[in-house]
Amino acid sequence: MAQTLLQVEDLHTQFFTSRGVVRAVDGVNLHIDVGETLGIVGESGCGKTITALSILRLVPDPGKITSGRILFRGNDVVKMDDEEIRDFRGNDVAMIFQDPMTSLNPVTRIGSQIEEAMTAHKRFTPELAKSRVIELLTRVRVPSAEQRARDYPHQFSGGMRQRAMIAMGLSNEPSLLIADEPTTALDVTVQAQIIQLMKQLNRELGTAMMLITHNMALVASLCQRVVVMYAGRVVEEGPVEQIFKSPQHPYTWSLLRSVPRVDEARKDRLVSIKGLPPDLTNAPPGCKFHPRCPFVVDRCKVEEPPLGEVGPDQVARCWVLMRNVSEADIATAKQSSISVAAAEKLKAPAADIGGKAGS
Amino acid sequence: MAVIAGRPNRGALLPARLSALTDSRAGSLAIFIIKRILWMIPIVFFVILITFLLMHLAQGSPWDKSGGRQLSADVVNNLNIKYGLDKPEYQQFFIYLGNIVHFDFGLSYQYEGKTVTGLIAEGIPYTATLGVLAFIIIVPVGVGLGVLAALRQNTRVDYITMGFATAAASFPNFVIGALMVVVFSVLMAKWTQHAFFLPAADFALDDHLIMPVITLSLLPIAYTARLTRASTLDTIRQDFIRTAWAKGLSERLVVVKHVLKNSLIPVVTTLGPTFAFLVTGSLIVETVFNIPGIGRAFVTAVESRDYPMILGTTILFSIIIAIANLVVDVMYVFIDPRVRLT
Repeated sequence: MAQTLLQVEDLHTQFFTSRGVVRAVDGVNLHIDVGETLGIVGESGCGKTITALSILRLVPDPGKITSGRILFRGNDVVKMDDEEIRDFRGNDVAMIFQDPMTSLNPVTRIGSQIEEAMTAHKRFTPELAKSRVIELLTRVRVPSAEQRARDYPHQFSGGMRQRAMIAMGLSNEPSLLIADEPTTALDVTVQAQIIQLMKQLNRELGTAMMLITHNMALVASLCQRVVVMYAGRVVEEGPVEQIFKSPQHPYTWSLLRSVPRVDEARKDRLVSIKGLPPDLTNAPPGCKFHPRCPFVVDRCKVEEPPLGEVGPDQVARCWVLMRNVSEADIATAKQSSISVAAAEKLKAPAADIGGKAGS
Repeated sequence: MAVIAGRPNRGALLPARLSALTDSRAGSLAIFIIKRILWMIPIVFFVILITFLLMHLAQGSPWDKSGGRQLSADVVNNLNIKYGLDKPEYQQFFIYLGNIVHFDFGLSYQYEGKTVTGLIAEGIPYTATLGVLAFIIIVPVGVGLGVLAALRQNTRVDYITMGFATAAASFPNFVIGALMVVVFSVLMAKWTQHAFFLPAADFALDDHLIMPVITLSLLPIAYTARLTRASTLDTIRQDFIRTAWAKGLSERLVVVKHVLKNSLIPVVTTLGPTFAFLVTGSLIVETVFNIPGIGRAFVTAVESRDYPMILGTTILFSIIIAIANLVVDVMYVFIDPRVRLT
């Protein structure tokens, strides 16, 4: 039994806006073991990023962690004082942000930005920190690192900046690295290099990783376990092979169906999920997914299902479960969602995640 | 000299010593400054041209007297001949240009026998002292209040600071000046039986400076504080500030190294014109506190159609503004690495 590194228990993070309370994270439970790679997937706005920011207590105003515990090696992050949280951030848990173009300070040299991540925690002497900057940049394959460390962010390309961000995240050898869409802003060849790099770092340094993405292909290639989130909740969780082979929640199934695959027959066309994720100030009663679910039954509309065990290490929040859906129903769902999706596309292009998830 | 492959050889046509100059950072900075100083020549030329045209288009002549009795036609004629005003205007213009090339800015019409250069030299020490002192106060106070308000957004500190800034920006400075005279000179003298009060007029390097400097600096402080606050709030919400927090930096480090280094860039831009505005003087402050500076000299020159004095002060102001802007542009190179000199 692997040792648990991070345990999130019943986390609620809410945004107090003038439109009402947005329940961005609504009772999330998850855990990461030492050295493990966990993928968190879901559409935009389902609470993935806010969950990650909650772990570092960096939820932007007007957001607040309203209840729950975040245990890191048994210490509750939510209860840490200013000094403790400062020591925790960047040292025990580091985060790589979504957009490398805006996540680096434009007026400070790259090397100095990496260096200060180390000097802030006094884990390395100033001299050692300086030499480690070059070492880290070389490790993330920035060519002629010694010179490039003196460059400013605008002199770096997008891929290079993302590498610099990764170097910064790894600088204190954290036990957990949270990567929020680390490859979205990059072109495909650079994406592959970054993924390769992260895999290698996980293997060599034993850094646990929490990968936040809507890209199922990325999860398949990098993660051991997957958490699927929808409307601020965990709807399914399990080992990556099992989730890919037999997803039990219709939402997971739809997400997987929306990834184009070369090896499948061409007649099995892409499925996009009809409709939009719910407004989190006013979520629907019952299962949050029921208005968009192709396999909805009456019970889904009134009563929210609990996370139930559906296989070895696999849980899902559904009354129906995909294994109980007949082949015929699946076939019609595929057909109808295509036509619905086509109509939906005309009205709201944002509703279609099929294209995005395929990249 | 070897040509490195692939590198554009910009200095190929220049002698070796000059191309070495253009290649270094300090060299390109020097060239930029020289270029900008040379640009001042056409700028000053057009300032003179426009001022000259406006002056002569305006009604009235330098010899008009306010009140009833006017000078006789013969006297006016002789005066015109003496000061060259009998010649066609384009000729006057070129004569003036010819003179200022020799740094001869002419004689004032309103103060007989005094040169414009002499009058400006008399007034500028007063005005510049006030302006520089005000500037020294404005930068730390304005920036400090703005940063404080932004970091404590929507707290009492923020409301008090911004309330003060709004009030300071709304009251015209003749009201503030007059109010201060009433409170700190008249009433204070009365209440404390002349034990403590501030002098209400004239100029000396002592407590005479307090009220005029405060009057002069309130509006720019308010303006700087509001701008700093807005720019700091904007910076705080940037992604790279979140990155800085995520690294586990202390609040002091995040604010100084990440927030301020970015949020003060737009503030620096406005400090150039602010400085120019301060050292060229304020008619109102100089009038309220009876200070013989050039701000007042300029306005009285316009009123009495003292053509050489108007031109002289306008040229001085335009050069000060051009230099202040040049200083700001050069500072940009040091505070924002993205800025390129061209």
